[in-house]
Order: sequence, then C-alpha cells, then structure tokens
Amino acid sequence: MATQASRIAGRLMLSPAVVLLFLWMIVPLGMTIYFSFLRFNLLMPGTEEFTGFENYSYFFTDPAFWPALVNTLTLVLGVLVITVVGGVALAVLLDQPMWGQGIVRILVIAPFFVMPSVSALVWKNMLMNPVNGLFAALARALGLQPIDFFASAPLASITAIVAWQWLPFATLILFTAMQSLDREQMEAAEMDGAGPIWRFVHLTLPHLMRAMTVVVLIQTIFLLSVFAEILVTTNGGPGTASTTLTFLVYMQSMLQFDVGLGSAGGIVAVILANIVAIFLMRMIGKNLEA
Amino acid sequence: MAREASKGHKAAVTVLAWGVALLIFFPILWTFLTSFKTEGEAINSHPSFLFFDWTLENYETVNQRSDYLAHFWNSVVISVGSTVLGLIIAVPAAWSMAFVPGKRTKDILMWMLSTKMLPAVGVLVPIYLLARDAGLLDTKTGLVIVLTMVNLPIIVWMLYTYFKEIPGEILEAARMDGATLSSEILYVLTPMAVPGIASTLLLNVILAWNESFWTLNLTAASAAPLTAFIASYSSPEGLFYAKLSAASTMAIAPIMILGWFSQKQLVRGLTFGAVK
Amino acid sequence: MGEIVLSEVRKSFGGVSIIQGIDLVIPEGEFVVFVGPSGCGKSTLLRLIAGLEDTSSGTISIDGKDATRLPPAKRGLAMVFQSYALYPHMSVRKNIAFPLRMAGLPAEEQQRKVEAAAKVLNLTPYLDRKPSQLSGGQRQRVAIGRAIVREPAAFLFDEPLSNLDAALRVSMRQEISELHHTLKTTMVYVTHDQVEAMTMADRIVVLNAGRIEQVGSPLELYRSPANLFVAGFIGSPKMNLVEGAEAARHGAHTLGVRPEHIDIAEDGPWKGMVGLCEHLGSDTFLKVEVEGVGQINVRVGGDVPLRHGSQVSLAPQADKLHRFDAAGKAMA
Repeated sequence: MATQASRIAGRLMLSPAVVLLFLWMIVPLGMTIYFSFLRFNLLMPGTEEFTGFENYSYFFTDPAFWPALVNTLTLVLGVLVITVVGGVALAVLLDQPMWGQGIVRILVIAPFFVMPSVSALVWKNMLMNPVNGLFAALARALGLQPIDFFASAPLASITAIVAWQWLPFATLILFTAMQSLDREQMEAAEMDGAGPIWRFVHLTLPHLMRAMTVVVLIQTIFLLSVFAEILVTTNGGPGTASTTLTFLVYMQSMLQFDVGLGSAGGIVAVILANIVAIFLMRMIGKNLEA
Repeated sequence: MAREASKGHKAAVTVLAWGVALLIFFPILWTFLTSFKTEGEAINSHPSFLFFDWTLENYETVNQRSDYLAHFWNSVVISVGSTVLGLIIAVPAAWSMAFVPGKRTKDILMWMLSTKMLPAVGVLVPIYLLARDAGLLDTKTGLVIVLTMVNLPIIVWMLYTYFKEIPGEILEAARMDGATLSSEILYVLTPMAVPGIASTLLLNVILAWNESFWTLNLTAASAAPLTAFIASYSSPEGLFYAKLSAASTMAIAPIMILGWFSQKQLVRGLTFGAVK
Repeated sequence: MGEIVLSEVRKSFGGVSIIQGIDLVIPEGEFVVFVGPSGCGKSTLLRLIAGLEDTSSGTISIDGKDATRLPPAKRGLAMVFQSYALYPHMSVRKNIAFPLRMAGLPAEEQQRKVEAAAKVLNLTPYLDRKPSQLSGGQRQRVAIGRAIVREPAAFLFDEPLSNLDAALRVSMRQEISELHHTLKTTMVYVTHDQVEAMTMADRIVVLNAGRIEQVGSPLELYRSPANLFVAGFIGSPKMNLVEGAEAARHGAHTLGVRPEHIDIAEDGPWKGMVGLCEHLGSDTFLKVEVEGVGQINVRVGGDVPLRHGSQVSLAPQADKLHRFDAAGKAMA
C-alpha cells in the first residue's frame, strides 16, 4: 500500500544492500568454484592449470576428510543437544520465584560475551591443563589421576568449551520465551488436576518449540564455523581427532597453501551447510510463519 | 496471577539457581582472580581462591610488553567501524522493506539470512587473495569491510524488525505535512528508531568484537584486534597464566559490560525478532 | 479554494478492484462524510484524495487543478489519522509546527501560528509536553492543530474518533463541527459510525463495495433511502425490512419501516408477542414476534407498561413506509 513514487524510492534504497550482499556472496563463491578446478598452490605461482575434479577426488580421499565430516557433525550436534536441554532446564529454573534473580541471570549470560579465543585459552590452560589446571588440582585433591583432556578426549573437550559459550544464548532465548507462557492456561491445567510433569510436557515444551527452533537455527549457523576454539586448543589434533571441515580447509589453504584443494573443501563445506540450511529454513518457515 | 510461593520452595530454588549460575560463571571469575595473582601463585598446585597476595603487576606487564592498547584500539575501530558502515547501508534498506514492502520483500529477507549460512571457510581463499591483492591484508580497513559484509544481514534484519513496529501512519502524516522523503527519514523516522538503531549498534559491536574467523585469518600483527592478540598467547612462550588472565580480563571486560546492558535487545536481535 | 472533484476514479490492488468508478463533486466549504461498512473502500478513497495511494484510473482535481499525479505534500491538504499519528519524539509545539517547518516558514511565524492554533484548541498549557503525556482527546486535538496550521484547501479525517471512549467521542464530534463552522474549510470525513455521519455531515456519501450507493443530506438519506443498503445502514435502531405476503400486500418486494414509525394501537394490523423489552427511560425498545410478518423492532415512548411475554398490536405509520423492488431499489 503505497504510491509509485515511494515504491521507486524504496527500491533505490534497498538496492545498495542487496547489490553489495549479492557481490559479497557471488564473487568469492564463484572464485572458490573456479579455484576448486585448478591446480593452484600459492608456493608455486604461475603453475596453475585446469585439472577437472582432481581436487575433489583428493579432498574426498584425504584420510582427514571422513573424520573431519564426522567431527563437524559430532561437534554441532553435541553442542546443540547440551545447550537446548540445558537451556530448557535453566529457563525453567530461572523462571521460578527466587531471591537475586537479576544477578543470577547476569552470571548465566556472561560466557556468551567472552571472545572464543579467550574462552578456549582459559579452559585449555587454567582449567583443563593436566599439570597446572584447576581440574587437575581438584582430581589430585580427591586422590584421582588428573586427566589430560585434550590428549585423551580432544573433541569432547572442545564440545564442552563451545557448549559453555552457547548455553547462555540458549538459556536467554528460552527464558525470554518462557515469559510469554500463558499463566492462566497453566493454572487451568492445575485446576483440572494436571501434575507438574504433565504440564511441562504438554504446555511448557510446546510453547518453547518456536524458541527452540530459533536456537537450533542460529547456533547451527555459528557452530558450523567454529574455528578459534580449535586453533587455540588442539590445532585439530592429535592427528585428526578434533579436525572439523572448517579447520581442514583452513589447514589446506592457509598452512599448506594449496588453494585448489582448499577451495574444493570449501565448496564441500558450502554444500553441506546448504543441506543443513534447507532443513532449517523449512523448519523455520513452518515455525516462524505464525 | 502469580501465587505466593512457599518460602521453602523459594529458598531451595534460590540455592540451586545460584549454585548453577556460579558454576557457569566460574571460569570467568577464576580468570579474573588469577589476573591478580603472581605467576607462581597462579600455577600453585594448591590453588587459593581469595587468600593470596593481590597484585596489579600483570596488568602493567601486559600493557607494557605487548602493546595491549594498540590491539584494544584495533578492536574498537574494527567493531565500531564495521557496525556504523553496516548501519549506513542497512537503514535505507530496512526502511524500504518495512514501509514499502513489495511482493519479494519476504524472499529478500530470507535470502539475506541464507547468506549468513554460507560457511566462511567456503570463501576464505578468495577473500584472502582479494584482500592480499588489494593490499588490505592485516589492515583495519580490510577487516572493517569484511566484517561489515559478514554482519550486514543481521543488521538489516534487526532494523527491519524494529522499523516494523513504527506505525506507517506517522510517516504518512509527515508526507501529508509536506515532508520530502529525506526529511521524513531524517526528522521523523530516525529519531523514532533511535532505540532500535542503538540496540542494533550495540549487538553488532559485540558480535564484531568477538568475531574470530576473519580477524584471525586476515591479520598478522599490525591490525590484529584482541581476538588475534589473545590467540597468540596459545604459543608456548606465552604461557603465563596470570598475564594471560590479565589480558583476557581486559579483552572481555568492555564487551561484557555492554552485553549486560543489552540483554533484552540481544534476544530480539539474535533471533531476528522471532522471540521477544 | 477547496473544491474537490473526482471523476471515474478507480483503484485496484493487484487485480482486486477496491474502488469501482467514483464520480463526486465536493463543493468548497462543505462537510462531507464517507460512510459505509468496513471494507467498503471509504478509507482507500480518502487516501486516494490525500495522494497516499496512486489512482489506478480517473482524475482527482483540487481547486480546479488536476492533482491525480501530485505527491501528497503538493496537494495542499491536511489529514487527521485514526491513530492521530503524532510524532512521539516531538513536543506538542513541535508537532504542530512540523508542517510549517517543512514549508520553510520563519521561526517567529511558526511560533505565532502554533500559538494561535493552540489557543483555539485549548492546548496552550500542554505545548511543551510530549504526546505520550496527553490524554486521547488532547492527542486528537494536537492532530487537528497540526492540520489547521497549514491552512489547507481541505481537511481529511480518517475515522478520527474511533480510538476515543464514548463520552469523549460525543464532545470531540461537537468540537470538529464547531471548527468547521469557524474555518468554513472543506472537510472530508470517513467513518463507519452512522451516528457521526448523521450528526456532522452537510452531505453524506454512502459507500458499499467500492461504489457510491447514495449521496445526500442526512435527512434526505433518512427520509428517502435510494435502496435497501442505505435503508439498512442509516438510522438507529435499524429499519425493519419485511418480505413476503405482507410486503406484497403493499405492492413491494421488500417493505421497510423504521422502529420509531410504528405505534402501539388496539386495532393495529400487526399482532404479536413482546420478546426482548429494553426500558431506557426516555425510550423503550421492543422486539416483537409478529404473526405472519416476522420479528419487528419497535421504538416507543418511555413509559409503556409492557414486558416480556406481553401481547401487543402494532400499527406502522402509513406515510412512513418504504417500498423496495426485487432489485432492492426504492419504489416511487
């Protein structure tokens, strides 16, 4: 509902953002696709040549590929499960009447604002270090053998760090969603004799569905690109135990300077992300239309 | 109608919630405390919680030796710069989508969101090469440009959800009152949208401040913001817990304070207005 | 100044026709009310005149000049919106001054005009408040003040009273009428409330489904509605419409008689039982189930001794009957 003139103005004002974003998306993506078909190493300039799908076959047969794919999915799913389950639990807890709720909320949210490199370093050195870390000190105090977390369970340790960073986000969003829960509906159910568990399963959880969808979507976007946490803690190791697709591509292009191979990996990552995105957009489309 | 919960229940909830909250907050608290310890105390195998000799020497050392202020300044320039640039591009776009929606507005918004789903690693090589060839590697300008584009979809979405709440009749009233398009935006829309623009700004400064893929891959030394500066502590020679703690505390403190102020807007912004 | 002429004005949104060919002349100084049910196109028609929507075809001229393609700012009209559409970040003074500021008037002149308008509208004590600190009625007056200062060729009102409570609505209605008498400027007023239309208008335009059903003074519409739609829309409580044998007896397809034109009479032709009976003191509203006719609403004096279940005989006043043909048109 508007006039021709304002529609034209609208289009003019929309176009810079659209054009810039489009270029930002299409130019590098096109270059990546192009590079992925070249033999192209930054250490050997001038030797670029077209090789067809060679890079892709190298990438898929790279012994690190399958572990990286599995690690990526494990990391993303692990963090999602921990944060959604933990987030719902915390949201329900924080929703109860208590003293000092404001401060509790501030404390719970805090890890979200910690930059990834800081949280990774703090966890790696001050908490999880097998000699000087606090966990080691605790273990010794209890008479246990300190665990070398990053050597024995590198991916699980990284998952724990990333989950710690994102738990506040899930909690905050689910807690906000809890506020709009229909209290009268709850009381009506209570009058009808429904117990707390029935109310949680049949009223609270469905009410939180939309917020949970949003949490899953947003977190997946960010989790597929987890990088600094790995770089700072394990560098992908030991071996390929904590190498994700993102990290594998980084190693190939930035450390081995193999642009062709890295690009092929990048395209694989894009395709993988798109598969996830299609599922998510569908889910979101359904859940957000209302 | 909330009932008065029993005192006992409330006390139990309070204890449990505080316990969980302190547990979650503990790594940050521990970092903060360690930053005031001596290096020896920091790696003491019987760590002490509060009863140690408090010292500020770590903060002094970090500032003197590693040029902390320069990196801090880089972080400020990059996060604020990219956010402001993003706002300049996004305000007109969000205006257009909120007040002159067309048939494809929904599609454009969804498409913008989908560009966020493109994994950064998929375009790492070309961006790196383009930045290198343009002489923008390890420069603040280069990072401002990259982070502007990375966060532009979020900025547009956030502004869009805020603008949507401004009644169109007010803009029409301005038009009836003889305002041109530019005065309509300048005198009527912008002042009304200030709270929304402010929280968009805040959230994006936070996101850009903590962004750790591009800042790590596109900088070496001179333009490195705090994310990259802190990451350099992971190399063995940097393993001084107390100094690491001091540097970390300084890196996260400003954004944590901003973040606590923007809790409410954070939810709206990060969920694209889907959860309020 | 202030004559508005619409000829063959049409508007469609994406193939759906909202306004289907409107011809209308609004003479200078007249108070015209567009009335109709929701979705009839009355607000769209007003927005076409304002220039907030493009006209699909036809012409709109203001003061003899073709304004069909002019942007709203250039049409010299002022509009008062349903939500008042005050600028929340500006004081009352700045709100009223905004059109003057946009017109580039010098500051002293802005000041003078704002204060004059504030005086007329009793807003002087509130000039430095923000809209959020005002009551609904005061906000409404600020919106009117903002319209007045421009000295427009015509005022457009889009359901301006619908957000006010009943008592305030009555007093604002009177204020707007008085304003019209003082300013003598053309006013076009949109409402769905036929009481507002009846009490304020010089002329009423009844709209339905994008077409004009009838144009006339309030009493013309009341006395001789051109068709069933207008008959049913104008007047409160609604006109009784009777079909079938009783209508055929009067040579019509549908027979219309207003509740206030039915008397209680011993020898009345319509006999029935009182259903609902509302005693308002000044009036009594009855719903009577009349044998062979159907349910009839009756409005009689305040002190009739009737109640639920009473038997009653009714006599419609013969000279106040409205007869309509099968197409719904009034018969001579």
